[in-house]
Amino acid sequence: MNKFEDDAEFAQALKNFKSSVHAWSDAAYTRPRTVKREVRVRSWRLAAGWALGCVLVAGSVSGGLLERNHRAELARIAAQQRAAEQMRQLQLQEQAKITDEDLLAGVDSAVSRQVPSAMEPLAQMAEDEIK
Amino acid sequence: MVRVVNSDTVRASTWVMAAGTAIDAMAMTTADDAAAQEFARVVERHRPQIFRFLLSSTRDVDLAETLTQECFLKAHRNWGSFRGESSAMTWLMRIAINLQKDHWRNRRMQFWRTTRTNSVDLDEASEWLPSGESSVEQQLLARERVKQVWSAVKGLSERQRTVFLLRYVEEQELSEIAAATGLSEGTVKAHLSRAVARVRLELGGRR
Repeated sequence: MNKFEDDAEFAQALKNFKSSVHAWSDAAYTRPRTVKREVRVRSWRLAAGWALGCVLVAGSVSGGLLERNHRAELARIAAQQRAAEQMRQLQLQEQAKITDEDLLAGVDSAVSRQVPSAMEPLAQMAEDEIK
Repeated sequence: MVRVVNSDTVRASTWVMAAGTAIDAMAMTTADDAAAQEFARVVERHRPQIFRFLLSSTRDVDLAETLTQECFLKAHRNWGSFRGESSAMTWLMRIAINLQKDHWRNRRMQFWRTTRTNSVDLDEASEWLPSGESSVEQQLLARERVKQVWSAVKGLSERQRTVFLLRYVEEQELSEIAAATGLSEGTVKAHLSRAVARVRLELGGRR
């Protein structure tokens, strides 16, 4: 025995502590076991946790894929619109070019007339004199 | 040298060998049965004490039950190598102490796996006090003292706590504690002295 156990109060406290641990242990040792139920609850919680986790992961992945597809679709539509616009501009330019040429041709044909050759009056006079 | 053996001789020797094997097998079975019975007796005798030590160390009933089962499972696997150099109780206690250490080490490393502890608080641990013939006031005082001891034990280092519990709850001798913990008796005394000083301080006594 060491010197501390001479102290009656301290020895009593240790004795009570020992009795308390023994009583608790005896009660816990003989209590009805509920292991199966706990395992079930834990496995249920585990399954629910996994399911929730899977749903979250699947949602995140599918959301990301949808967003990516949506952006790709928008980019494709924008590219198509740009190409169509460019084509329309080219067609307009082409049309404008054809119209100008036609207009110039029309003007040419409208204002032009048969012009006599430069020596024709003199030739006419010479013929008249010969007659 | 040519040895001539007829079929009857071969048959007879085969029968003798088979009989010998059967007898060996029966002897082994008998030895196994005896070992199993001996182990069953050890389990029956020491299981409550191992459980009590683990319960007081962890303050967690479920964990104490799990570690107790692991302790006896490990003991069963190594029962053949137990040579009786120490008592079965000391051998089992050493396994239990190592399992407890491994558990806390793994828990520290894998703290993210489960941060919740099932350890009961000091109030609940102090509730268990056998009702003697003392008055209500004395019981309340005793409960308060037990709570203070629990509080001091909680603050001890792992080795100090183990040594303290083995000495004052399991009432083991210093040599048994030294054998169970793998420490020298001098080291056990030093740990015990510090643990006692801490408990005395918590109880408000002299250091």
